[in-house]
Parts: sequence; C-alpha cells; structure tokens
Amino acid sequence: MSKHDLLLEIGLEEMPARFVTDAMYQLSDKIAGWFSENRIPFGDVLPYSTPRRLAVKITEVADKQEDQEEELRGPAKKIAFDDEGNWSKAALGFARGQGVNPEDLFFKEVKNTEYVFANKFTTGISTMDLLPQLDKVIQNLHFPKNMRWGDQDFKFVRPIKWILFLYGAEVPKLEVAGVRSDRKTYGHRFLGEEIEIESPERYPTDLLGQFVIADPKERKEAIQNQLENIQDEERWKIPIDNGLLEEVTNLVEYPTALYGKFDEEFLELPPEVLITSMREHQRYFPVQNKEGELQPYFVTVRNGDHNHLANVVKGNEKVLRARLKDAQFFHNEDKKKPIDHYLNKLESIVFHEELGTIADKVGRIKIHAENSTELLHLDSDSRSSIQRAASICKFDLVTQMVYEFPELQGVMGEKYAKLFGEDELIAAAVNEHYQPRFAGDALPGTVVGSVLSVSDKLDTIVGCFGIGIIPTGSQDPYALRRQAAGVLQILIQKGWPVELEQLLNATLDVYEDKQLLKNDRLDVFNQLIEFFNVRLKTILQDQGIRYDVIDAVLTGELGRVDLLLKRAELIAENLKHHYFKVANVSLTRVLNISKNLDEGFGEINPGLFENDEEKVLYEFYLSCKGQSDAIQQPEDVTLFYDKLMELPEVIDRYFDHTMVNADDEGIRENRQAQMKGLSEVIRSFADFNQLVV
Amino acid sequence: MNLQNMILTLQRYWSDQGCFVMQAYDVEKGAGTMNPMTFLRSIGPEPWNVAYVEPSRRPVDGRYGENPNRLYQHHQFQVVMKPSPDNIQELYLQSLKEIGIDANEHDIRFVEDNWEAPTLSASGLGWEVWLDGMEITQFTYFQQVGGLDAKPVSAEITYGIERLASYIQDKENVFDLEWHSGITYHDLYYQSEYEHSKYTFEVSDTDMLFTLFNIYEKEAMRAIEDQLVFPGYDYVLKCSHVFNQLDAKGAISVTERTGYIGRVRNLARKCANAYYEQREQLGFPMLKGAKIDE
Repeated sequence: MSKHDLLLEIGLEEMPARFVTDAMYQLSDKIAGWFSENRIPFGDVLPYSTPRRLAVKITEVADKQEDQEEELRGPAKKIAFDDEGNWSKAALGFARGQGVNPEDLFFKEVKNTEYVFANKFTTGISTMDLLPQLDKVIQNLHFPKNMRWGDQDFKFVRPIKWILFLYGAEVPKLEVAGVRSDRKTYGHRFLGEEIEIESPERYPTDLLGQFVIADPKERKEAIQNQLENIQDEERWKIPIDNGLLEEVTNLVEYPTALYGKFDEEFLELPPEVLITSMREHQRYFPVQNKEGELQPYFVTVRNGDHNHLANVVKGNEKVLRARLKDAQFFHNEDKKKPIDHYLNKLESIVFHEELGTIADKVGRIKIHAENSTELLHLDSDSRSSIQRAASICKFDLVTQMVYEFPELQGVMGEKYAKLFGEDELIAAAVNEHYQPRFAGDALPGTVVGSVLSVSDKLDTIVGCFGIGIIPTGSQDPYALRRQAAGVLQILIQKGWPVELEQLLNATLDVYEDKQLLKNDRLDVFNQLIEFFNVRLKTILQDQGIRYDVIDAVLTGELGRVDLLLKRAELIAENLKHHYFKVANVSLTRVLNISKNLDEGFGEINPGLFENDEEKVLYEFYLSCKGQSDAIQQPEDVTLFYDKLMELPEVIDRYFDHTMVNADDEGIRENRQAQMKGLSEVIRSFADFNQLVV
Repeated sequence: MNLQNMILTLQRYWSDQGCFVMQAYDVEKGAGTMNPMTFLRSIGPEPWNVAYVEPSRRPVDGRYGENPNRLYQHHQFQVVMKPSPDNIQELYLQSLKEIGIDANEHDIRFVEDNWEAPTLSASGLGWEVWLDGMEITQFTYFQQVGGLDAKPVSAEITYGIERLASYIQDKENVFDLEWHSGITYHDLYYQSEYEHSKYTFEVSDTDMLFTLFNIYEKEAMRAIEDQLVFPGYDYVLKCSHVFNQLDAKGAISVTERTGYIGRVRNLARKCANAYYEQREQLGFPMLKGAKIDE
C-alpha cells in the first residue's frame, strides 16, 4: 500500500465573510469523516479558506481501503435447512447476498437461538475509485443561506467556479453542479492568474505566488503585524476588535493595511458615532493616541498589494467623509428639537401590532417600574428618578441618528438626554436599560438603570408570551431568550429581595388590566416559568455547575434566583467532602420516608413525644425552619446549609430510638408529621435525591 | 469621462455582451428592478438579456437639491441576464474597466448583501460591490420574483450612476458632475429636485394621493382579471409610487405601512402569475428561439 497527499479546493464567487470559517471546518471535518467511514487511513488534515475558496489538504492518504472481515448473522438455524436436510432458500439467499459459499456458513448461538453466520471478507477498493463519491460530502455542506444560479437546481452558498482536486499527481474524477475536477486554480482576482497545481505539496505555496494567502491564520497574522507596524510608525494605538479582525480576514485574499484621515471637526461627534461609522459600516479600525483618545484617522485593509495605494486611500477617505457629514447633519438636527418632540413621536411607532406603540410600551414600563420600586422598598428620590427615566427611556429611537445608526440606541439616548438637561443618573439609565445587550455584556450599574432594564425586558417577554410569541428552536425574533437571561443576571447580581414569580405576576397584572393578554393567564404564567427555568439552567451550567446539582435546586419555585444560585454553589463546592456524603444519606432518608406518606399532615404535637431524641429532632427542625425563614441574603443561605449538615447526628440517634411507624395511631401520625415537616424544610434547600454523590 | 459618455460606454459594452439595449420605462418607479423589463421578464424559463438606464424616484430621499449625495430622482444602469452566465462577475469587472476603473489600481470587493423587495415579493442573494470602500453596484442573483421561484436565475447588476460618476469625475457633490460638454447635473436637475421635494413634502394633496392609490389598485385588479398583464402592472407601479409619496410625507403610520405594502405585493404577485400563465400559453416563445440558436 502506498500513500499520497490529497488536495481539494472548491472555488467560489465571494462567500459572505461570516460563513467562511465555519464552512472551512465543515469541509475538513466531513472529508476526514468520509475517509474514516470508508476505512481509508490518512495523516494530517489541513484546512484552508479565503473568500473565494474552501480547501483541505490531507496528508498520507492510503491508496486503498483497508480490507474488512466481518462476521454476519443470517437466518435462524431452524429455518436454514429444508425437509431433506439441504440448505433452505433462506440460507442460500443469505450466502449469495454476502457473496460466500454455502459450505462456509457456520452456526453460532445468540441469546439462546442458533443462527447461520458467514465470515465476509471484503477486499478494499482503490481510493482513486472511491474519491468521486466526495461529491455527496460537498453537497452536504451546510450554510445559513443557500442560493441557486444559472439554470442549476443545486443550491450552494455561492456559485461554484472550479474544483481543484489532486490525489498525488493525479486528478480524481469529481463533479458538482456541472463543474468537473481539474488541476487548475485561480490566483487573486486582480493580481493573480490561472495556474495548474502539480501536486498537493505545492499547495498553498503556489497560490502565494498568485497573491493568495490560503491559510486564514497566516492572513490574520499578516493583518495584525501590519496594524502593529502602522501603530508603531505613527505612534498610535489601534485597538483590535477580534470580530472585525476575523471578518476582515475573510474579506481579503491578500491583505494590505493602509490608513486614511478625516477632518478634525468630526471629532466633535460622539466617539460612538465615529466608531460605528468606521467599524460597522466600513470595516475600518478606529485609531487612538497613546492616551486612548480617538484620532482623526482610520485603518483599513485592502484586498491587494501596495501598488496604487494612494487611490485606495483617497476613495476611502471620500466615503467616510460623506458618512460623517451625514452623521454631523443628523446630530445637529436632533439637537434642535426638545425631548418632548421625540416623546410625542413615539406614539406613531408600533412596537408590535398586538401590543401597541412604543409610547404604549413606555406607559407599561412606568407601571412595572413603579411596582418594582414598591417591591424593593426604594426611597422617594429613587422613585422619582425611576419614573422620569422610564418616561424618556425610548425617546432616542425617533432621532435621526438612531434611525441611521440603530446600534446606537441608548448610547445616543444618554448623550442627548444630557444635552437636553436631564439629570446624569437619569441620562445614564436611558443607556443602561438596554444592558446587558449581549451575553457577557456589562449589567446596569445603577439601581435606576437596573429597575428599568428588568421592567423593559419583562414587559417584552410577558407581552410576547401573552400573545403566543414563544421562542422555539432557532426562532426567537424578539431575542426573548437573551432578555430573560439579562433579567436573571440582574436579579442574581443585585440580590434584590424579590421573587421572580412576584415580578412575573406583577407584569401579568398590568397586561391583564390593559386586556392585552390573548391567552389564558395561568397558561401564560406556566409557560413563562418553564421558559425562565430553562434560561436559569443555562446560566447555572455556564457557571460550571453540574446537571444533578441544577436538578436538585430547580425543583419547585424559582423564587429569589440569587439565593437559588447560592444553594447550587454550596452543594457544588462541598459535594466531594466526606461529611456531605454522610449528610446526604440522612437527608435523602428523611425525604424518602416522607415521600411514601399520604398527603396532608397535622401540626406536630410535642406533647406526644415519647423520647428525648424526638424532642431533639423537633428542636432541630424548629431551628432549621427558623434559619430557612430568616433568609435575607446569600450569607443566610450558608447558615441554613450549615444547620442542615448537622442532621446526621440528630437523625441517626432518632432512628435508633424511634419507630416512625408506631402502633399507636396518634403517635404514628405525629411522627409522620414530624418527618413531613422536616422534609419540607430540607426540600426548601434542595431535592437531595437528585444528587449523584 | 463625463456622465453621458459613461452611459454610452456601458450601453455599448453590454450590447456587445448580447444584451438588448432598451430605454427607460415611462411610468414612475422607485428602482430599475420595477421596470417590467426586469420584473416581468425575469419570470419564467425564457432567456433574457437586457441593459437600460432607469431614472428612479425615491421621494423620501428628496433634499430640495441641497444635499450632495441624496436625490429625489437618481439614475440606475440596469443589466439583467437570464440565465446568469458563469462569467457574470468577470463581465461586470470588465465593464468597470471600460469606464476607466482598472481593478488593479483600486480595491474592489464583493461584500455580502441580500436583497429583498417586499412590495414585489422578490428576493435575491449577492453582493454590494465596493470600490475603495464605496458601494457602487448592487449585484443580485434573483431567487424569487413576484412570489415565484426564479428558474432559471437572473443576474441583476444595478450601477448607481451618480455614485460611479462622482468617483470617476472626482466630485464631492452630485450637482457638480458633468453630464456633457460642460453642462452639469445642477443645470439639468437642480430645479426638478427642488420642485419635487417641495411638492412631495409640502404641497402634495394627501387626500388625493390616498384616493389615487385606491383607484389605481382597483384598476390594476380589473386589468389583471382581464388577463391584461402589462396595463395592470402599470397601475401597480403607480400604486407603488403614490405609496412612496405618501410615505415620504409621513402620511402613513407604521401600522398602516405594512398593510399598504401588502396591497402592492398582492397586486405584484397577481401580475407575476398572470404573466407566467400567459407566456406558458404562448409556449414560451423566446425559449424556442434560444433552442434554435443552439
């Protein structure tokens, strides 16, 4: 058996930058998987990609499948012979089907039945003959968006232009979408030419001669180095946004970084506006001085070499100038009108057809915020700040700047609110109420911002659930999952003395009053609880908490989620300790006993106690319950936990001296009540039965 | 190169590539795509290659002739090729060279852009083409037109003529562009830009426009029911333009907006279906022509 390197490159019209990396790994994974499935040994798998190509090189691919010896089961022995004792049709058919002689069949017992078996030996086929089947692998690549072109019915991310396919020096046959494999590839669209690749070893070196850096890691490094060079030469600081770097890497085949300038007068615009114009709209890297102040320069990466760079600089400067001029115009126009002008306009912007306008939403947020203010016992200063912030939290949506730069909602709100003379705290809350904007984003820093953020998010979530908009699979157009996670994170971090159920019910009350609930309230409530349950589970998982621990604490009400998290953390931290394992045995014992008891139990009557151990357990129960009821903050949870961990000593003595199932009915019921009561207190911490210790 | 020569060069070039060079359509429209030579002709299996200049009205972009980049009416150079040729990108890049833009001297990129026209129930995938960071062309492979799957797929290339010209002529302000022999864009269009803006935002009779919308819609429906696709489609275009005028004036609330777009879309889909059936009944005559050529 000999081995050769293999190379496959699919040439495409420019792919969307955001698809490239994933598609590259899909191709290499699926091809490597195909070789494994087909028993063709291979060495290293090296993926490559540019906007115009997806490629993979696999070293030392065997030229033949491995031979295979399989033991195959046929019909049962009892039907393997006919009346004359010859092989039956069933047996002969099996032998023929597997390509073995009937005399080579043998018998073996499987689960008390004898079956006919055959040893099948398959000689490996030559790799070259199997390679044309890779068309299926290419067809099965998955992209978020596919298209048709020409008169093809086939769908792919963008039209396929060429297929470079080499196995050693040979070109295996392969055809996809009417394009046949060849040894041709194409260099950079403008700087390179069509070339032939002799063998896989020449890839990607030969492409580099055609101004294509096929390895995205190398391209990324080249861009980073060029940015650093400019930074050092100009004594700037160029903060590297990884998302942007990744995107730019997938927009070019041969990067050359360059910088341009814009008029200093534009620096009067809020930095966020400048950064958004440059980064989001033009894929430029903004430039700072060593002190971190924005400078009137930008860096962009051209798909090409250093020739005629002046043209490129000039063109990019012109585009940015037009954009910034627009932004400046919007900024000036926006500042001319008072805040009330914008607030009035909110009445004509629909939030959702069934849930009313943005102004309606603001009206509801004010009520939700007022409810939270009461639940949190906030003072009157906070209350008035919250109400003002709630009234104006959406005004910037109708400014020209946010219309043009939707990603600046909230950010512009804060800037404009300050200009319009709003209190700093209130202005900040206008921005904060959108936080967290994405997973890992900062949470609102102030109480006002936090209350507003929770109110706004719950308003959207509850409103949507109320009219049947519930996220399913990949469908979550209102980003309800992200918003629910935001609410939970705020509740956890701020440690508000409020139960999630209270907040949901208060929000539902508002919707019910306004007759905006289309579905049954109880159904909606249950759906919300289920939804938040799953979100909370995800948050706990992200904190590295084990599944069984999560299941143990997520048994009943969600209640105060900060305390729930604390309970999970305490268990997770101590799970491994010997004392915990011992305690867990006792705790689950109590839980199991009470589980088998009938529903309902009376008061525990200390007068019916027969021994000291019962009294001790009763006192233990009372003090546990006391600890549990007194919980105000996470530290109190620890005290409760410590108390629960003392159970083994008490309960072991109790069981040594006490039969719960006493003969006397009164005594028995009293003891059962004791077990029930204790079990309830334990469960308020966690269902220890769920734990795998 | 002045603007007129730029257009002539593009026409000559695409004519050489086998496109019919047609003239703009005489009903107001927001984009070259709405011209029946794109919208209707991209439906069905018949091959179709066309190039034309389309004056496109966007009332909402009217700026009284005061903004250097925005216009009530701008010009698009539209190319449609069905089925999309394999070398369509190369053909396009060559066309840029013809008007003096050598790809080697610039940075030209194909940046993902998915196109959707809700009033036409049409959508496609493709790119915006960037020239040194400036968007100069929309490049789209139609996937759906009038609610019908585009089969075969048409490639649509829409050049923004003023954008390109401002680059070629190195002008910051669209009104400074030279159309021909020293005559500027300002000479030709300033007055109409001003008047159309003033009319759109200040003078137009909103009630009349609403009435017109209803009349046009009804007439479109009537014509289509009589299998008169082209007259019917003219009224669809009129509906669309009246809607754009009302929208620019802020006379249509956000809630109503969806409704009006839906009404235009409904008409466009009816036209698309009727057109397809008509061509089918005729046996897709241009398809036969193509086969004989082979």
